[in-house]
Amino acid sequence: MTGLTVSEITKAFDGPPVLRGASLTVAEGDLTAVLGPSGCGKTTLLRVVAGFEHADSGSVRLGEWEVTGLPPEKRRVGIVPQEAALFPHLSVARNVGFGLARGGAERVAECLELVGLGGYGPRMPYELSGGQQQRVALARALAPRPRVVLLDEPFNALDRSLRGTVRDDVRAALKRAGATAVLVTHDQEEALSMADRVAVMRDGLIVQEGTPASVYEDPLDLGVATFVGEAVVLEAVSVQGMVSCALGRLAQRANGVAGRGTVALRPEQLVLSASGSPGVVERVEFFGHDAAVTVALDDGVVVRARTRAGAPHRQGDRVGVSVEGAVLFYPSAG
Amino acid sequence: MRPFRSRRIPAGLLAPALVAAALSLAPVAYLAVRAAEGGPRAFADVLARARTAELAVRSLGLAATVTAACAVVGISLAWLVIRTDLPGRRVFGVLAALPLAVPSYVAAYTWVAAFPAISGFWGSALVLTLCTYPLVYLPVAAALRRMDPAMEEVALSLGRSRASVVLRQLRPAAAAGSLLVAMYALAEFGAVSIMRFDVFTTQIYTSYRAGFNRTPAAVLGLLLVLVTFLIVLAEARSRGRAAYALGGSTPRRASVVRLGPARTPALAWAAAVAVPAVGFPLGSIAFWLVEGSSRGVAAAELGAAVGATLGVSAAGALVTGALAVPVGIIAARHGSRTARFVEQAAYVGHALPGIVIALSLVFFAVRYAYPLYQRWPLLVLAYAVLFLPAAVGAVRASVLQSPPVLEEVARSLGRSPLGAIRQVTLPLALPGVLAGTALVFLTAMKELPATLLLRPTGLDTLATQLWTETGSGSYGAAAPYAALLMLLAAVPGFLLGMREVR
Repeated sequence: MTGLTVSEITKAFDGPPVLRGASLTVAEGDLTAVLGPSGCGKTTLLRVVAGFEHADSGSVRLGEWEVTGLPPEKRRVGIVPQEAALFPHLSVARNVGFGLARGGAERVAECLELVGLGGYGPRMPYELSGGQQQRVALARALAPRPRVVLLDEPFNALDRSLRGTVRDDVRAALKRAGATAVLVTHDQEEALSMADRVAVMRDGLIVQEGTPASVYEDPLDLGVATFVGEAVVLEAVSVQGMVSCALGRLAQRANGVAGRGTVALRPEQLVLSASGSPGVVERVEFFGHDAAVTVALDDGVVVRARTRAGAPHRQGDRVGVSVEGAVLFYPSAG
Repeated sequence: MRPFRSRRIPAGLLAPALVAAALSLAPVAYLAVRAAEGGPRAFADVLARARTAELAVRSLGLAATVTAACAVVGISLAWLVIRTDLPGRRVFGVLAALPLAVPSYVAAYTWVAAFPAISGFWGSALVLTLCTYPLVYLPVAAALRRMDPAMEEVALSLGRSRASVVLRQLRPAAAAGSLLVAMYALAEFGAVSIMRFDVFTTQIYTSYRAGFNRTPAAVLGLLLVLVTFLIVLAEARSRGRAAYALGGSTPRRASVVRLGPARTPALAWAAAVAVPAVGFPLGSIAFWLVEGSSRGVAAAELGAAVGATLGVSAAGALVTGALAVPVGIIAARHGSRTARFVEQAAYVGHALPGIVIALSLVFFAVRYAYPLYQRWPLLVLAYAVLFLPAAVGAVRASVLQSPPVLEEVARSLGRSPLGAIRQVTLPLALPGVLAGTALVFLTAMKELPATLLLRPTGLDTLATQLWTETGSGSYGAAAPYAALLMLLAAVPGFLLGMREVR
């Protein structure tokens, strides 16, 4: 059963349209990440679903229930804004109970328990850490049992070190509550690691939707390929399922296109060894769990490969670069 | 997230805001109607009188003199305090802002009581300059603090004087301050009346008191509004289009100019302003308190005046605060044409002389609401028109501090637009609303012209008592009122100071 159906939404403020027919379907109980660069219209889409903006055309349905023309207070849509936005004049318990009828104390306790903050009810928002505030905001949104929960880049304001754990906590709480949720983010790592499904948004449209793995492995076009994950992009020619490029003749992932175009390789597909296309190591960046090695091939092309951290490459070393697995090929436009 | 500027204003907010707007605009509108009733002949009559031309010359002459004097005093003091090594410049900085707290008619009383011969044009000019130069000093000092010293260095390196670029940069701040001074001087009633210098405002009062035919008063009032409007317009024109604030970087701390041998005259100049502006009124009131107490003060009268002042001012503050809430919220949260209209209408009271607002309300009450004539509700309404701008400013600022996303969250949790405002925005803005109301309360206690015209028969406030006693030359009897008014006037400054220290 579908939790949320957004159909063909268009929206323009004064100027060019921000949304140009965006559609999105979220199954009940799923967490879908809407992933896109800033300015792609993802926040506007979220505000249309919440009812803060009225779409110029298109519809929003929760299950079978059409809510397109309804004001926000009639929609049963929960929101978790960017910086938690707890009501500063109310205690944690009264924040969580804000959307409940009188006497919702039990539900408040239940929801605080759900986000792992049982017993925090009497505290005031300023007494909490950023991550705790974000979890209270989630409990507040979940308390009235909304049809869908919208999260607008909820981890942006958090320290990098904190983000991982808060993400896990939030995902776990959403799953325990069985909530249908939409997470808006520009952080591909966040989208891929947290969501059940990822919807890639660009220029006011959802251009691709699928599981994180499928979007990563089989991007619709070069734009999605480079936005969702890192990619090494090389000029190439495809003939009969084989792609010729600076790294040799490579097997093409079947997508039925051929001719002149571009090949996109994931950095982990590049293997450094004695064989393969020869080149010189230009730079080694060490990240701890792995390292990035930049190699200038003898024919002038520069590529960046991911290797295990312990790999024995130094600047100036001669290496060979070969490719593992099938590669993505996209024809040139026009 | 994009700022939340909803297009539709909830009716529960718009209706009271429109009432406030209508109330603010009504006095000028009705004055125009009332003046027009006499027909063109009445206009011509009033305009043709030699007396009218004389009044215009006196009013404008006084405003021009005071404005010029304030510009000189304000700019020079600001430069000395902010940019030079003037000894004790911190103390002078505090002293320079203080005269704003001295009600001008109280200052006028202290001067007349000490030197009866001073009354007239020069006495009025002196008192108004001493009371209003902070209106120039404060913005100019702020501008000097913000100014990038690099620009001065460029001027020096190009062989120009420091003053050429400094004065040019200070122009917007100095012009805005001078405009306020000019409007203040034109609207002033108490001080000039105590100084027995006849200008538009005092003539409006006299002709209202004297005649059965009050049309001339209405015409004079309208004329005063017109002159004020023209000055505002001229200032806006002269501002031009040059951009003064360039870039967003914080300028370096400006270098301090060494005064050298000029230190002594500079110190003398700063003292020559501070002593008469702050020291003299305090000393004079102290003297008359001692002098008067030997003759015995009518404690009952004083008590009655205190009670009456507190009563009408509290009522005025509550009404003004209540009207300011919807207007302030709309001003902070909405950008539509209606929203702008409501906000700007509420600010009209800022530009109108109190005597004109009072006069218009009197006309209105006499004709359409006689039971209200010389009853306190009319006075309360006048306070609302006069002080709505201050209260709206306070509400707007405090609403702006609470992020709109909180209202959105409240909406998503089932609150109507009005419910979100009531349960989230208002509780958060409450300190600002209360501060605005308190400010109105304190300002209303010092109000003179509207109170004089609209007070119920037999009701005397501190301000009207001071005015009456001074008018009859009983300076000793006036002293306790002056002392209490000074005390009241000091409260907002004291509270603001406390807040800044914290």
